[in-house]
Amino acid sequence: MRTLLGTMRAELVGAGGVVERNVYLTKRYIWWDVAWFLWTVANTLTIVFIAKGIEATGGQLDVNATMTTLLIGAVVWAYLGILFEFLMETVAWERWEGTIEYTFMAPLSRAMHLAGQGVFAIMYGLLRAIFLFAACAFLFFDLEMPNANFFPAFVVLLVASVSFIGIGMMMSVLPLISPEKGTQLGFVAQGTLLVVSGVYYPVEVLPQWMQWIATVSPATYALDGIREAILEGQGLTAMWDEIWPLVIIGVVSIPLGLWVFARGEQYAKKHGKLKRSG
Amino acid sequence: MTGVQDAEVMEAVPRRLDAAVEVLELRKDFVRRDTKRGRRGGKRRRVALDGVTFTIERGETVAILGQNGSGKSTLVRLLSTLLLPDGGRALVLGHDVVTEARAVRRVVNRVSVEASFFKKMSAAENLSYAARYYGMTAGQTREKIPELLERVGFPKDRRDEPMENLSRGMQQKVALARALLTSPVVLLLDEPTTGLDPRSKLEVQDFIREIRTSHDSTILLCTHDLAEAETLAERVGILDRGRLLALEPAADLKRRYEAQTLEEAFFAASGRAFEAEVDEDDDREVFA
Repeated sequence: MRTLLGTMRAELVGAGGVVERNVYLTKRYIWWDVAWFLWTVANTLTIVFIAKGIEATGGQLDVNATMTTLLIGAVVWAYLGILFEFLMETVAWERWEGTIEYTFMAPLSRAMHLAGQGVFAIMYGLLRAIFLFAACAFLFFDLEMPNANFFPAFVVLLVASVSFIGIGMMMSVLPLISPEKGTQLGFVAQGTLLVVSGVYYPVEVLPQWMQWIATVSPATYALDGIREAILEGQGLTAMWDEIWPLVIIGVVSIPLGLWVFARGEQYAKKHGKLKRSG
Repeated sequence: MTGVQDAEVMEAVPRRLDAAVEVLELRKDFVRRDTKRGRRGGKRRRVALDGVTFTIERGETVAILGQNGSGKSTLVRLLSTLLLPDGGRALVLGHDVVTEARAVRRVVNRVSVEASFFKKMSAAENLSYAARYYGMTAGQTREKIPELLERVGFPKDRRDEPMENLSRGMQQKVALARALLTSPVVLLLDEPTTGLDPRSKLEVQDFIREIRTSHDSTILLCTHDLAEAETLAERVGILDRGRLLALEPAADLKRRYEAQTLEEAFFAASGRAFEAEVDEDDDREVFA
């Protein structure tokens, strides 16, 4: 029992080490992060302005609601991008710096290593998403959200994050297989996930086969839940229909993500791809 | 023999629990696409380690000499659980590097030719997060990190400077401190002085001597520096093209091959000059 507790303590300390490392890196690259945030703001604005553009060219729509809908889609897109980026960096950045072998030979389980990476990604991503949403909604557009219920929206995003992390774990193996192009495939996964999930439109407008995929995508439920909370003011109880599928997808995706990562690690160790030579 | 049969045979061989490192018929192959035969040219198989067998006793320092591509780094990576062997067995303190990898990781640490760090982070930050991976809390490292950095001769006023501002020699000292931070029972040194200026090289070698006397660590030193091997190790091995040709005290090696120097002994054992690099070695270097 004492050994088990000691092991659990060491694992938690190890996961804390991953968070600590990311805090140091964020501190050192803070101005790059600020620049990247400004780019995200600009990108988000280009999407939200579409609603104003449609109105200006004679389209009939509720501009405020459409802009909010688009803003939520853009913020979730940016959030998912940050989560995947951090998870992909588990391998990609460490390979580039050459630290990957030291990390992989440490007695920290891969589950806690990835958990530490995921926890920091969620903390950083949520903070960034809040700033992004607030800056665009209130500084640039002065959007009105009279019914907005932000807490349930936050909870839905947090619950969805578990599934996103599971998928991110699967993606993070790609740089092990292809150091040059693997990271880019993470963007493909991010785009694919959101395109079927109704990032800027209702899922119902998609072809039937895409709608089927949408039912297993956590982003579908995250986007629905956040929009219901912010546009319609729904509370947590009313959003159970979004939360339970997210819990199920999360319960499946985390072990699946760990399994895929373990297979990738085995492959890399078998073929000597952990450290690039030559 | 299949992998399963090989594992069964190896399992039947009794383990020496009192040895620090026990390697038995260890084999590692690498397969890569053969670009010389065009895009659809098939695969090339290169043997990085070919049935290597040896034992290192606890507290012993053993040097493995070999040219680039001889399999030294492959051996270190196998013992560090960073590669999976294709045959044979490797044990560290009686723990199998494949089936008991986590137990091995708790007692092993390594310094490689590249002092790999997050270059924007400081020495103290790099050591701090790395120690957490070994379960060391902030309370445990608060005093230990400055102590260790001082011991390796790292200037106090540069602890918070990004690693990218430090010289190679300085970075290698931090790498030694990182390895010692976790008090490893087995320390794997893979060309720790390669590429260092003479002064840094001597400082690192002095520190390795100090580790030998002050710590109860077992050291496996892989190098192509003959003098380093002779002065730091109790036994010297010759690894050539993946095969361990000999492993004995330097004096015995010279006597066996009727050589005046280790270089001559290497030549006699391998059939070629120590610094000779043939095309095959260039090819092997990519793998091993």
